[in-house]
Amino acid sequence: MNRFASGVLILSVAALAASCSRKPDSAALKPTAFGAAMVESSGGKQFGQAATPLPQPVVVQVNDEQGAAVTGALVEFAAAPGVTFDPASALTDSSGQATTNVALGGMAGRYQIAASTLDKTHKKVELKMEEIALGYQQTLGRRLNEQYCDRCHNAESTAERVSNYDNLEVKPHPFTEGETLNKLSDADLTAIITYGGPALNKSALMPAWGNTLKKADVQALIAYIRAVSDPPSRSAGPVYAKN
Amino acid sequence: MKEKLRSLWQKLFGDSVRAFGVVSLVFLASMAIAPAKNFFSEWRHYQHGYLSTIRNRSEANTLRRHFQGGIQQIWLPDLGVVDRCTSCHVGLKEPTLTDVAQQPYRKHPVIPHNLDQFGCTVCHRGQGAATTVAEAHSSTLAWEQPILPAKYIESSCGQCHRGPLPGTPQLNLGRKLLSRSGCVHCHTVKLPDGSTMKATDDPPSLSHIADKTTREWIYAWLKDPQAYAVTSTMPNFKLSDADARDISAFLIANSALVPGDNVTLSAKASSDPTAGASLYGESFCASCHAVQNAAGNVVGGDVGPELTRIGSKVKPQWLQAWVRNPRVYDPPTAMPHYRFSDVQVVTLTGFLLAKTDSDLLANVHLDAATPEQIAHGKRLVSDYGCASCHEIPGIKKPENFAPELSRIGSKPITQLIFLQGMQHTLPDYIAGKIKQPRAFAPRLKMPQYTFTSAQIDALTTALLSLNDRSYSLPPSLAVAAPPESDYQPAGKAGKLMTDLACFSCHRINGHGSDMAPDLTWEGSSVQRDWLVQFFKNPGTLRPALIRRMPKFNLTDGEINELTDYIMTVYQSPAVDRDSMPLSGYSQGQTELGKQLFYGTYSCQGCHIVDTKTDKGYIGPTLTQVGSRLTAAWIYQWMKNPQALRPGTIEPNRAMSDEDARALTAFLTSQKGGGKQEAAKK
Repeated sequence: MNRFASGVLILSVAALAASCSRKPDSAALKPTAFGAAMVESSGGKQFGQAATPLPQPVVVQVNDEQGAAVTGALVEFAAAPGVTFDPASALTDSSGQATTNVALGGMAGRYQIAASTLDKTHKKVELKMEEIALGYQQTLGRRLNEQYCDRCHNAESTAERVSNYDNLEVKPHPFTEGETLNKLSDADLTAIITYGGPALNKSALMPAWGNTLKKADVQALIAYIRAVSDPPSRSAGPVYAKN
Repeated sequence: MKEKLRSLWQKLFGDSVRAFGVVSLVFLASMAIAPAKNFFSEWRHYQHGYLSTIRNRSEANTLRRHFQGGIQQIWLPDLGVVDRCTSCHVGLKEPTLTDVAQQPYRKHPVIPHNLDQFGCTVCHRGQGAATTVAEAHSSTLAWEQPILPAKYIESSCGQCHRGPLPGTPQLNLGRKLLSRSGCVHCHTVKLPDGSTMKATDDPPSLSHIADKTTREWIYAWLKDPQAYAVTSTMPNFKLSDADARDISAFLIANSALVPGDNVTLSAKASSDPTAGASLYGESFCASCHAVQNAAGNVVGGDVGPELTRIGSKVKPQWLQAWVRNPRVYDPPTAMPHYRFSDVQVVTLTGFLLAKTDSDLLANVHLDAATPEQIAHGKRLVSDYGCASCHEIPGIKKPENFAPELSRIGSKPITQLIFLQGMQHTLPDYIAGKIKQPRAFAPRLKMPQYTFTSAQIDALTTALLSLNDRSYSLPPSLAVAAPPESDYQPAGKAGKLMTDLACFSCHRINGHGSDMAPDLTWEGSSVQRDWLVQFFKNPGTLRPALIRRMPKFNLTDGEINELTDYIMTVYQSPAVDRDSMPLSGYSQGQTELGKQLFYGTYSCQGCHIVDTKTDKGYIGPTLTQVGSRLTAAWIYQWMKNPQALRPGTIEPNRAMSDEDARALTAFLTSQKGGGKQEAAKK
């Protein structure tokens, strides 16, 4: 008996439990058409709290050889154990799109999710996407980011929050900008956040937060920055959940 | 058969030596059972696995030195914890094992608590004393507490932490929903600190409903509240046509007239067709009320009801009276008394009444109500517990209408009735019950809510935190929620502030909402003249802000009353308003302040002093700060902003007295451009 496998299985029971109760019967869905290619419409690269649904649904589109949308193709979603889809399979709608709500597993990390459909020769066409689950520390970091950092470090404005990015003479680095931020060590980031930009010969527009944020807050922020960086930060560890 | 047995007996126990030998063998074999069981135990298997997993790591020696074989146990008598989880989860405390995918060896994610202080089962549930995977994680006949699914893990934080925490959005949302969706109107929730959870929604009184709306609208609303307003928190009771007809008949018949809540104004609406929309915008109605736009998005605040189809609901004369002074109809309403002119009232109500939906009442045809229908309606209103939420004359608010939920998170599974195909766990039961209450039995009274699955998860999380452990924990571990305050300002000014519903947006002394700035120390902060001007014509301090202070059209007398009160009462003991002068700083000091502002502290990133060069959008505009704030406030703010306004995002720069004084000198010299001066003259 492979006790290892059973142990891991029981550990992932947590996130699985919810999915099992309302997993729709995919056998009931019969594709009426077949596509040739699949593209992502929206929902990739989201950050969600571990084990909770991602803020936006994942939407993929099935196209034929000419690139026109295919209606009625069967799309199945799959990922590592612990990730749940609602629904786990769907037929594409009139615009060729299939939509699913995704809840990532209980472990923080990067999750690969795969959407697949069959082409006319019944060969599998697959599209892979990556989603990021935030653990306790990163979730705390995300909240601090929204409160203190986001308005300058995020160039996007929302209805509730107008970005200050364009107003700044020296542009701050968005936290997803892995190329730059991955080169900075945790000690460097801690220094910049605690003592301000001049600590590393950077702009004074980045103020010192050392008297406002607690040490644990700074660590949480760095954990968040490492979690969302693109390309992934090395110190965040390898991709945890793979198919 | 008998012969055979006899010969076997002879062979084994024929003589005493033989018998001794056999018995010894049996004894020896039975002695070996326990060590064998121990040797083949699961935890030993996992510990072997751990050692081979770490063998090839660079820090293998360190890890091996930390490793202790045998059954491990965390024993915390105070918490009732006997957790042997670390017998298999060997690497929980190893900082380098964050990258191990293979469980049970991964390091525990960073949390603010120490494993040795709290153990495992306080947060994760499960059976701590068990030494096999199945018994520790799953429910058994003797132990029905399985591992808590990860998505509800924040419920465990809520056992000790009674207030919101920055790292537990799920729990915070769930608790907010319990109050905000009115769950606690029907379900009593007593908290371990002895208090009772209070509802924060404000279901309208139905005492005078006939003044406000028609029986047809009530009927349509009862049948499907979300068809009228998608954001409505009123649940769907799935009433039959006849029941909805009878309840609407009763509510109309039961309604009593309020003198003055219907007016017919002779004033004519503004001839400008866009005047209504402008007035709606200028009055910042959208800070509290939402409207669904053509794209289906709901835009606006959630303090007041959604207004998308308001024209199909209210009677025009009632709306005019309401906009003129809402306190006539509903004295404690959160809506401010705006003091609109008659023309403004007619213009604004005209704009609102045009927001109709012809489909809403198209199929509602009700005949005049009969006494039987009214009596039946009354019975239904009692049966469904309508008075739990709404004030209805003649019907008492029922007590204990629905099961108490104070310890729902520890409810034994044996006491639950599950639906077919459902996982037999408490979280699944709670979530299923919230999702589709009537699925559990057709005659249940709990209505259908429109929660999203994320909201259901959050509610379930909050409910699971209400458990036996939250009562049995040592009181020293409990972290109290920030105390609620029922502060009310006194006297004439206090009445005026209630009339203007200041607390619907502002917070003072811990009471009120956080939509607008906290005014607890406003009297130390601002100059009197500025405050008077601000009341007359509230300008905007923060360029990027959507929600702003509306203009209430106050009289000079009212403004004086409010200003005097604020300047006298809302004083911080830490700021002596008169300790520092507004002018008379040396040129050198002002110049130093300017250099600090643009150099060392780079304040222009968030603030604007010179509109030509500065662009900062985050903090208030400081072009006229010298006419707005007192010097002492600016100085103290530079020294430690969080001391004056906890939670403000202005960073604390730990400034020297000299720097703070220089910046105060520079900022007090900012009295606004020539425009302001010209306007004054």
